[in-house]
Amino acid sequence: MAHGTTTGVQDAAGPAGATDGPTSGGSGADLGLVGVTKAFGSYLAVDDLTLTVPAGTFFALLGPSGCGKTTTLRMVAGLEHPTSGSITIGGTDVTARRAHQRPVNTVFQSYALFPHLTVLENVAFGLRRRRVPDAVARARDGLALVELPHLADRRPAQLSGGQQQRVALARALVNSPAVLLLDEPLGALDLKLRRQMQVELKRIQTEVGLTFVHVTHDQEEAMTMADQVAVMNAGRIEQLGTPAELYELPRTVFVANFLGQSNLLPGRVREVRDGWVGVDVGGTRLVVPQDRAVSTHGDVLVGVRPEKIHLLPADEELSDDANVVGPGRVTDVSFAGVSTQYQVEVPGLGTLGVFAQNLAGGAQVALGAQVRLAWAPRFTFGLDGSTDASDGVVDLDRA
Amino acid sequence: MTIAAALGSEAAASGPAAAPPGTSRPGRRPRGGAYLLLAPGLVYLLLFFVLPVVALLATSLYVPVPGGDVGQFQPALEWQNYASALRAFWPQLVRSFAFALVATVAALLIGYPMAYVVAVRLRGRQLAQGLLLVLLVAPFFTSFILRTIAWKQILADDAFVVSALKWLQVLPADGRLTATAFAVVAGLTYNFLPFMALPIYASLGRLDPRLVEAGGDLYANGLTTFRRVTLPLSMPGVVSGTLLTFIPASGDYVNAVLLGNPTSTAMIGQVIDSRFFRVADYPTASALSVVLMLAILALVTAYVRRAGTEDLV
Ligand SMILES: Nc1ncnc2c1ncn2[C@@H]1O[C@H](COP(=O)(O)OP(=O)(O)OP(=O)(O)O)[C@@H](O)[C@H]1O
Ligand SMILES: [Mg+2]
Repeated sequence: MAHGTTTGVQDAAGPAGATDGPTSGGSGADLGLVGVTKAFGSYLAVDDLTLTVPAGTFFALLGPSGCGKTTTLRMVAGLEHPTSGSITIGGTDVTARRAHQRPVNTVFQSYALFPHLTVLENVAFGLRRRRVPDAVARARDGLALVELPHLADRRPAQLSGGQQQRVALARALVNSPAVLLLDEPLGALDLKLRRQMQVELKRIQTEVGLTFVHVTHDQEEAMTMADQVAVMNAGRIEQLGTPAELYELPRTVFVANFLGQSNLLPGRVREVRDGWVGVDVGGTRLVVPQDRAVSTHGDVLVGVRPEKIHLLPADEELSDDANVVGPGRVTDVSFAGVSTQYQVEVPGLGTLGVFAQNLAGGAQVALGAQVRLAWAPRFTFGLDGSTDASDGVVDLDRA
Repeated sequence: MTIAAALGSEAAASGPAAAPPGTSRPGRRPRGGAYLLLAPGLVYLLLFFVLPVVALLATSLYVPVPGGDVGQFQPALEWQNYASALRAFWPQLVRSFAFALVATVAALLIGYPMAYVVAVRLRGRQLAQGLLLVLLVAPFFTSFILRTIAWKQILADDAFVVSALKWLQVLPADGRLTATAFAVVAGLTYNFLPFMALPIYASLGRLDPRLVEAGGDLYANGLTTFRRVTLPLSMPGVVSGTLLTFIPASGDYVNAVLLGNPTSTAMIGQVIDSRFFRVADYPTASALSVVLMLAILALVTAYVRRAGTEDLV
């Protein structure tokens, strides 16, 4: 039985699952999900998910609570069986394999360390099951990697939360799995430790070259760590790309609001000419590059990120090719050190947010001032106008 | 004392297992007033445990009143009582522990899977769990004696169990079940099964299913996960269950009296009973009681040490 298991693991993982140590540069494998669906009763927790995670990528699965992130990971790990669809690792279909037969390890959100084993035995658990020679030495290497070699003989209950988290990470990492799954592993840490662990995780991933799938609902965490981010909502993937792509060119209202903040102005397409889309927004003409517009007819939402907008005195001369709205009245100024955040109420359009860097020191525009808002058309994006413009807005009280 | 410590260690041992990561149990240090709460228990123990034990110890050293009637003894320090009691009754003493051991192992083999199914397989299905637990405890609704008498009838020579076994050629034509060691051990196993199954059920119920998933995630198949994760984490329940079965079973005499025969299956409880109430040989009965108590204490201490519950803390 145990022998069969070992073989099974090596089949799919190839060289990664074989004998490479955690620090000797094992390599990950592609992870593929095709049409994966998971229904709990009549409720679709994951709905027809298709995505490919290239080998060696740090991949983040980002989405609000309850959108199906954990369920997706559990299906990859083999702890949950998809209702339909298939999962491949390194080109091998593993859909029908049990958890212990997959070259995958998970860092559980709850850590799930074995309370009856020492830290060292926890880390050695997977190695021992696969009859890896010198399991203990490798486990020690793994503990060194997460900088906890001095705690090898402790019990998990005698560790701090952050230390437990690192043990959980070491326990998964030492196996050099083809795919490492991390389910909000930093969720329980305070901000400082969290930032520190983010850097650490990224370093380890680069060092060992494994495929990481990192689940989080913290958009900043996803953006700073991941090579690729998939934004998930209600069991589906809204958009997939590099953090910069997702931020600069969101394709759905949900992504525009969930990843950072966006100003979304409802309008109607008037013309499409020379690669530009002209949109009438409350009587003002704004242009959107055609390749940045999801829809080029009918009702659309014209979007722009707050830091792309400049505030100008109401009477200042403007070049013709900028997108300009206003004048409007500054209703809120909040100073945040590196930047100042303004809220500007424009009659007929609503309130727009603007971030300005504090290059000249302090806020440059006073509360109540009349200003116009201008930005370069190439930063503008166009979204489907039939969606609620507040879809995916992150409640700041919760974040 | 040791028994209490062993049973108490279950709660202590499973603490870290049950607590979510990162939380630690606040140290509780009773203040002076808290000790007052112990007073009723202490008084009770003094009256109904310490005093009888002292009386028992004293009686075990009494000698017969010279020229007195049967059952008349006077205070003395006759240590020879122990030697003669042991010389006369060591086979029954050894047999008691052997029967209790076999019954405990049998109860463990039957009780663990029962507890596992109810606690783990039916996790989250409260109705089914509740029903099965009620069934497990249901025997307690009738008297211990009555249930054992029922067993006597089930195993009787003319009942269907014996005839079926004879027909299957498991039993020879003149074989029987009542009045055999088998019947006594079967009765002990049956009567103490809930004491085995319930603590194991409690232990397994507290087991975090995510630990089992972690086992699977770390390349352990179902059997290995059971051996490496589930079983070790349920050891506190196993230790409690085996103690709660072994201790009363080794001193039991109801099963031996009702299901055994007076000679080849006699257990020490039976001997003590007849020394006390039939022969009125109080010193021998007391000496045997003391020996039984000390022997259980020694065995249990060795067992708890060996079982290594401290491993789970
Ligand atoms: N075993 C289950 N039975 C029924 N419904 C479930 C089950 N597991 C998950 N769900 C439902 O599926 C949905 C997705 O759950 P999932 O745990 O994947 O969310 P998530 O994206 O990980 O959320 P969070 O960020 O809060 O962890 C939720 O609505 C949840 O209630
Ligand atoms: Mg989750």
